[in-house]
Amino acid sequence: MTLSKKVAIAGVDESDQIGICEGKNALMLHAEAARNALRDAGIDKSEVDFLSTAGPSLLQLGEYLGIQPKYLDGTSVGGSSFVVQVEHAAAAIAAGICNVALITHGEMGYSARRGLADRGAGPAARYADPTSAAAQFEFPYGVGGPPSVYAMAAMRHMHQYGTTHEQLAEIAVATRKWAQLNPKAFMRDPLTIDDVLSSRWIAYPFHIYDCCLVTDAGGACVIVGADRARDLPKPPVWLLGAGEAMTHQSMLNSPDLTQTPARYSGARAFAMAGLTPKDIDVVEVYDSFTYTALVTIEELGFCEKGEGGPFLSNQRTAPGGDFPMNTNGGGLSYTHPGMYGMFLIIEAVRQLRGECGERQVPDARTALVNGTGGSLSSTGTLILGA
Amino acid sequence: MAEYRKPVPRPSAETKRFWEGCKRHELWLPYCPQCDQHFFFPRAFCPCCFSWEVGWRQASGRGTLYTYAIQYRPQAPGFEPPYITAIVQLEEGPRLMGNLVDVEPDPEQIRCDMPVEVTFEDVSDEISLPMFRPAPRKD
Repeated sequence: MTLSKKVAIAGVDESDQIGICEGKNALMLHAEAARNALRDAGIDKSEVDFLSTAGPSLLQLGEYLGIQPKYLDGTSVGGSSFVVQVEHAAAAIAAGICNVALITHGEMGYSARRGLADRGAGPAARYADPTSAAAQFEFPYGVGGPPSVYAMAAMRHMHQYGTTHEQLAEIAVATRKWAQLNPKAFMRDPLTIDDVLSSRWIAYPFHIYDCCLVTDAGGACVIVGADRARDLPKPPVWLLGAGEAMTHQSMLNSPDLTQTPARYSGARAFAMAGLTPKDIDVVEVYDSFTYTALVTIEELGFCEKGEGGPFLSNQRTAPGGDFPMNTNGGGLSYTHPGMYGMFLIIEAVRQLRGECGERQVPDARTALVNGTGGSLSSTGTLILGA
Repeated sequence: MAEYRKPVPRPSAETKRFWEGCKRHELWLPYCPQCDQHFFFPRAFCPCCFSWEVGWRQASGRGTLYTYAIQYRPQAPGFEPPYITAIVQLEEGPRLMGNLVDVEPDPEQIRCDMPVEVTFEDVSDEISLPMFRPAPRKD
């Protein structure tokens, strides 16, 4: 049985505010996003019978939202979790186990950093368990947060394929141009290649503008079966293909730092959809770092392996370019609360519905979403169609 | 050594032997006779074939710099940036993380695939941490 066209994304939305959500907490963002996405779908909360999230336990979330689902998920594999969960929802709905799936996200990344709020439950730091591989073999060397590990992956790619700082900067600049067209984006000031290259180092080879934001934000999506989808106020966005994959937790155990599991999840999603990269109109890929986007584009087969740098150069991914990518302004400039995957889904759905105003990609009929979690550890790929 | 402020690994049942080797300034790796392969990190079994007949072999301590980064923000207590974090490709197959020492944190001085060798830093009564430093090229 294929899952292609068995379900549709019926509703998506962010929390009431994103960026800085003073006076709120992470669970409130889950609830706001859930209410907004259900409203977008035209579906009542009482109909939700599949619930999933990453961050808080499903018990905490279900209790808080007042939902007693009959299908329980909560796969927690980092920022890709919400994308992976869409495939799980599709399988459960296609199997006839449930009818309406709600997936929610909420994190207080910005406020927590400033001591103004609790971040909200997230996946424990990989070195929190003292017997873990990360605690014994990474943390003692001052390897910790995502920039410290992703920088090492980018360095290997630069060495092996000649990828340059300028090519990474191209992505940051093009993504900022999309953010300038998105009123909800956190960073909307003009940004040039020189600005990126002259900015301070976070972890060489990453400048600060190679790194994503840390914001407060929540998001949610609602998924229903084909029959229900045709009966809703907004046009359905069909799931054409889906795939998920993981290869490791610690970057120490990555098979190859110039690769990601997107090569597997992407291949499965394209096969299910019966499409190829050439058939995709809009690309929404995880950009925790400029490098994450670059390596993902290669792994999904949009260009030859190692050619991501030249392929994404000359502002090709910017508004008006022939490869529209991260059209909301991405994790680099729109929002990135910690686990960004939900926001890829929200933007892809809006593009396919033609709801994006100034940043609308003309005639967008197909979109690809690729979430990445952990240390290039896990991916979920979705191919969506109007 | 009371002043050592960086994180100190806590050996587990599965990694105890690795850390005991390090204390003697020797690098020992778990080895699966079935697969004829070393693996890392240490487990009670081979993560490839799932055999529980795991042995240990002393490694040469030589390898190449698979990749590195220069950290400008401390990621753990006790670190003063800039410092170099590295992933080393050992001759025996597995990779290890470490700090790259005896070299300036300057991209001009460091190249991926350059030869490196292990060196040990005594950080507590129980723990000596394997680190890596540039090695003379062996021809």
